[in-house]
Parts: sequence; structure tokens; C-alpha cells
Amino acid sequence: MKLHRITALLYRHMCLYKRSFPRVLEIIYWPFVDLVIWGFITLYLQQFKEALPNFVVFFLGALILWDVLFRAQQGVTISFLEEIWSRNLMNLFASPLTPGEFLAATMTLSVGKVLVVSCVTVLAAFAFYSFNVFVLGLSLIPFVLNLIIMGWCIGVLTTGLIMRYGQEVEVLAWGLVFLFQPISCVFYPMSVLPVWLQAIAQMNPAAHVFEGMRAVIATGVFPTAELVWAVGLNAVYLAALIAWFHLMFAACKEKGLLVRVGE
Amino acid sequence: MSEPIVQVLNLTKRFGSFTAVDGVSFEIRKGEILGLLGPNGAGKTTTIQMLLGLVTPTSGEVKMFGLPLDRHREEILGKVNFSSTYVSMPQALTVEENLWVVARLYGMDRIASRIDDVVKQMEMEEFRTKVTRKLSSGQMTRLGLAKAFLTEPQVLFLDEPTASLDPDIADKTRSLIKEIRRTAGLTVLYTSHNMREMEAMSDRIIFLQRGRIVAEGTAEAIKAVHGETDLEEVFLKLARDQSAGVSRP
Repeated sequence: MKLHRITALLYRHMCLYKRSFPRVLEIIYWPFVDLVIWGFITLYLQQFKEALPNFVVFFLGALILWDVLFRAQQGVTISFLEEIWSRNLMNLFASPLTPGEFLAATMTLSVGKVLVVSCVTVLAAFAFYSFNVFVLGLSLIPFVLNLIIMGWCIGVLTTGLIMRYGQEVEVLAWGLVFLFQPISCVFYPMSVLPVWLQAIAQMNPAAHVFEGMRAVIATGVFPTAELVWAVGLNAVYLAALIAWFHLMFAACKEKGLLVRVGE
Repeated sequence: MSEPIVQVLNLTKRFGSFTAVDGVSFEIRKGEILGLLGPNGAGKTTTIQMLLGLVTPTSGEVKMFGLPLDRHREEILGKVNFSSTYVSMPQALTVEENLWVVARLYGMDRIASRIDDVVKQMEMEEFRTKVTRKLSSGQMTRLGLAKAFLTEPQVLFLDEPTASLDPDIADKTRSLIKEIRRTAGLTVLYTSHNMREMEAMSDRIIFLQRGRIVAEGTAEAIKAVHGETDLEEVFLKLARDQSAGVSRP
């Protein structure tokens, strides 16, 4: 793994965003709109706060953290799509760049996107609703890290599928992550799911993060068990998906798809 | 005779039931310019893609600098570059930014001065700060060639490099390739549909037809074997001959 090749890709994307206002806007626009709309709904529902204490904190905290996962996934997948759109994949993979370095660059880029989005949503939540996400305390750090890794996992999965099946499945870049939302238990506790779906949700690292977040808010106790589950599952999924991505990359070279994707 | 830098051994690529490249073997020696000729769909581009590690051969082997490509990909590709009229570069970046990215990908030192050199060589000063999407097709081709020369490769694969260049720039590009070959021992695999260019540039020519080598040798020797005085006539003869056998002068 060579750092200069990873920074080459980071520089390429920095130049892209530097010159493209719509791309910058796209990063912050949807999280901001989401926050405003759902924030006001939350304010409205606050009248029922006696039935559900900490409702605002639950909801806005979940909204901000979900965006962390979503943007981490987008950071990986959209970076790959940018290379397809600019017909640049041949230039990249005919160079010494390895698939691992490519993924490392897109993952680093996704962290940058998450930082930008988080700043916007955290500031907006404070400005509009006086909501301070830091009430979650230090537990916020492992929560965010786990959501970023989960976002990378979905990003690698989506990228591998687009590489293999071409631009016909490009819509997955925006849609696949939402398949995971119901079983991530972002806005409701896992216990509301049917028992069979709870079993599936248990295998989702994000569900443990959101369960943990609610536990911190409700009890103030750090949910070590939830965090251990999230870290363990993320480690397994990330390792498996990176290995799978390399297999897909090899399969695409075998089928000649790498030079045809985007045509 | 100098050592072979590129060795292609019985290279075959099948996509399902279609055979794009069928048992092709050749060598390119250090400092040699090998022309790859053939009609559309003959297997030229697939061959180059396999040499660049972008497509995995069904069978056969590619060696460069004495090393097998499949096991020494990074080491080999660091000394190789390519230019193709069919490959673009990021449109939102300026010419200079695109060259920076390439230089960093290949781990080059003294990037700024190297970019200055190649911009001057390719006469790109007037559009070096221009965004790539605003380039004309000729300027775009020059950027592709600049990207290929920038990394000071030892082996260069050029797929129709002068296709959209005006005669002046095309001539300067050919001269530049020959000059780098003379001074740095550059090894080149060259494809073109311009027969005069092919004759002027290539030390040797390989003619591919339906994935197979059907003629091989110097342009003069190939013309002599086929009883023609013009390489274009040989091209038409071989391309239209469905049962072309191998001719090696």
C-alpha cells in the first residue's frame, strides 16, 4: 500500500469538489433538508414527551448519526462513480494503483465528507432546535466510528456490484443503504421489530450503535455489550467485503468488464 | 541484438464462445517500435488491455522486463504507460491538475519541473490551466500523450495516438516518440490505421486478423511477401482474406 497513490486520488477528488459547487451542495443539501423537516416534526411531537421522555434527543441524535453512515457509504460509492463518469478507470488501473489503495482513498475521502456533513447537521440542530449532539458524551466517538465503518461496508458492496453489473445498477449507490435502515433501528428500538426481523437486526452493526445511543440517553450508562457487538460485526463484514471486492475486481478483469464499465 | 522487454507467449482471450485473441506470441526488444495492425475487432485493443493488466488472459503469459505481469503488476506498471484516443481523463480538472494526479500515482519526484517539460514538449502551454472538458479533441489527445510521456516510461502502448491530431502536431508527436526512443531506449507498441504512419514509425509490424497473427516482419518484407508495393494494399488483402494463413518473411 503506497501513500502517494492514495494521496493522488484524494488530490484528484479535492480538485473536483473545489471546482464543482453542485457537488459540494449535494453533500450538505440533503442532510440539511432532512434535519429541518424531521426536526420540526420532532418539535410537533414533543407535546407527547411525557409518554416518551428524551424524544427530541432520540430523534435528532439518530438523524445526525444516520447521516454519518449514509455519507460514509456515499463517499466510497460516489468516488467510484466519478471515475466511471469521467471514463478514468483505465487510467487508474493501468497504473500501479491497487484495488486496495483505491478503496483506502475512497474511504479516506468518505471520512472528509462525514466531517463536513456532521459540522453542518450538528450546527443546524443547535441553531434550529437548541439540540446539542454532544450530550451523548464520549460514547459519540465509538458510535460514529462504527457507523463510518458500516457505511464503508455498504459502500464497498455497492461499488463491487456497480463494477460487476455496470451503470444499470448505478441506482444502488443511492438506494441500497436504505435497505439497511429498517433493520438499523434508527428511530425506534429493536424491540418493536417482529421477532424474526430482530434476529436479522442483531447481525447489523448499525442497530447496535442506535440501541447503544438510546441506552446512553435513557440511562447514562455506556453500553459496552452493544459496542462490542458493533465492533465485532463490523470487523468481520469489512474484512469479508474487502476480500469480496478483490474477487469481484479479478472477475471483472477476467470478463473484460473493467474496461467496458461506463460505456 | 538487445534483450526483449516485452514477451507475449501464446496469449489467448476468450469471452464466452468468442475468441478475441487466439494464441498470439511476439516479443518487443528494448528501443524497438512494434506496429500492431489489423481491422476493427482483430484483437489489437484486447491485446493491449492484457498487456496493461486490465484484462486477464484466458491462457498464455505476458512478461515485461523478464517478469510475469500477473505476479509483478505494480513493479511492471510503474515503468509502463499508455495513451488511447478512447480513454478520457477527469473533465472537471485542469490539464495541469490531471498531470499532477498521474505523476503522484506513479510516485514521481520533481513533479512541477517534469510537468513543465512535458507541457513544453507537447506544446500545451496555452491550455495547461484550462479545464479538461473545454479542450478540443486534438488537445485532449495531446493531454493523453502528455500523460503517457510524463512518467518517463520504459514501455509505451500507443493506441491510435495521432488519430485526432492535425498533421503538424501528429508529425511532432511522431518525432518526439522517435527522439525518446533514441535517447532513452523507449520501447513502443503502436497501433494506427494510418498505413504511411505505421510504415514510418515501426521497425517491425504484426498484422492481426480475427485474433491471430497473420503476418509479421518489417513493412518492406511484408509488402514483398504479398507482392504489393503499398502497405495499405496488403492491409486490404489480409483484412478481406477470410482464410488468411500466417506469412512470416
